[in-house]
Amino acid sequence: MSMPFYASAEQIMRDRSEYARKGIARGRSVIVLTYADGVLFVAENASSALHKVSEIYDRIAFAAVGKYNEFENLRVAGIRLADLRGYSYDRRDVTARALANAYAQTLGTIFTEQQKPYEVELCVAEVGAGPEDDQLYRLSYDGTIVDEPEFLVMGGQADALTDAMRRSFTGGLDLGAALGLAVAALGSVGGTNGAPRSLPAGQLEVAVLDRTRGGRKFKRVVGPALTELLPAEQGEPSAPAPADTPPHDEDSAAGR
Amino acid sequence: MNHERPGPFVQGLLRYATAPGSSSFTEFLAAASPDLLPTSPQPGALVPHGTTIVAAIYADGVVMAGDRRATAGNLIAQRDIEKVFASDDHSLVGIAGTAGLAIEIVRLYQVELEHYEKIEGTQLTLDGKANRLATMIRGNLGQALQGLAVVPLFAGFDVDAPDPANGGRIYSFDVTGGRYAEQYYHSVGSGSLFARGALKKLWRADLDRAGVVRATVESLYDAADDDAATGGPDLTRGIFPVVMLATARGTERVSDTELDGVVRAILADREARPGA
Repeated sequence: MSMPFYASAEQIMRDRSEYARKGIARGRSVIVLTYADGVLFVAENASSALHKVSEIYDRIAFAAVGKYNEFENLRVAGIRLADLRGYSYDRRDVTARALANAYAQTLGTIFTEQQKPYEVELCVAEVGAGPEDDQLYRLSYDGTIVDEPEFLVMGGQADALTDAMRRSFTGGLDLGAALGLAVAALGSVGGTNGAPRSLPAGQLEVAVLDRTRGGRKFKRVVGPALTELLPAEQGEPSAPAPADTPPHDEDSAAGR
Repeated sequence: MNHERPGPFVQGLLRYATAPGSSSFTEFLAAASPDLLPTSPQPGALVPHGTTIVAAIYADGVVMAGDRRATAGNLIAQRDIEKVFASDDHSLVGIAGTAGLAIEIVRLYQVELEHYEKIEGTQLTLDGKANRLATMIRGNLGQALQGLAVVPLFAGFDVDAPDPANGGRIYSFDVTGGRYAEQYYHSVGSGSLFARGALKKLWRADLDRAGVVRATVESLYDAADDDAATGGPDLTRGIFPVVMLATARGTERVSDTELDGVVRAILADREARPGA
């Protein structure tokens, strides 16, 4: 019987964090921001079937980056919890705060107890009656939960995108302006020699939580409605999208 | 359907929520919180029963109407109970039978459809919805056999229909979970024989919205005329049948103001023919 090598808890956690962070940075970004009528989700996603943004409940939606199978599992869990809560109490008793807490517990447990942490970052958003009631929660791979007031950026070159967003974001924009701002931010990284990229409708996944809608506030913005809202093409057209999250055996440095 | 063997690492409710499983909310509920599933009261207890539901197809889709009475034995338990509901954007469900159980099953069914839509990112087909309801009724079989039958009527607009002018569909069920597609019109509940007889004379293939609303309301009037457990329209209290439509544009409930006009017209015609 061989003796296991000793590794300090600190070292193990650091290794896991680094592993998760690398995985998350490989995917492309999602921006979630508030606008006049609610919350806008903009994801760079060439697939029209494998979604990064999803409805959870009447006023609550979910966005994620990282490994698809892992966040899909969490998305389904969120829908189950929300539906269970709404069924056993009332539709109005389903809140983003409770859901975000449940996710934080799950991610935290997985991070400390599993061999491999989930390589995901999540956003749970809730639209309120007025702009001051909108809530955005950011959940990291280790269960950290942060309440963001205006916008959040996840995945890919999140730091650069956050800077871009911070420079251009203002509250209370209409849908078209908010979408233009988010798309410009997404296009501000990844171009050749730092030139901005132009993202066509086919490479974007856009959805809103619109407080002016009845019952279920979530709505995907697709097809002609999306093309109409997008600003005129500018900058170099974006190269055809590569596979979103490359398998682990591919060199991550070559990825995005 | 692996809810029973979740990973060892997640505790509490999320233990079930993160386990792989189907897109069915009912199956999830049975694993995670079976106490929330609708169950019957003690056999033989005096519980309110709901009564007549009718549905009829017309050019734009389908209409479903239900009277407002619930009875418990020889008493009227409630005058303004609602038994017809929109189960989602394009379908309607009406339930005759034990009122409490029926309403719970409808609530569960509504969550079931929405749950599937959210998880799969697409709606069930109309046939799929009807089959799902049949399965849920079958699951309720034990109670049904104890005399607490819950017999639903399901109707909807089939968005996949090759001819949109012919998209209305009606499905009936029996307590064993059998599912039957009905032509033209159908009725369930204690007054259903009378309602169906009335519709036989009132329904025509070329009815428009106003025509089909009147035909269904009049068939409920006939059912109330002969069945003590079915309530007629109550002009004094302003209680009218619940009438809902499912068309390509979605579901819609006919307003009480409109029904007031329809009921008064029916009463005026009946007055002219006292023998009817």
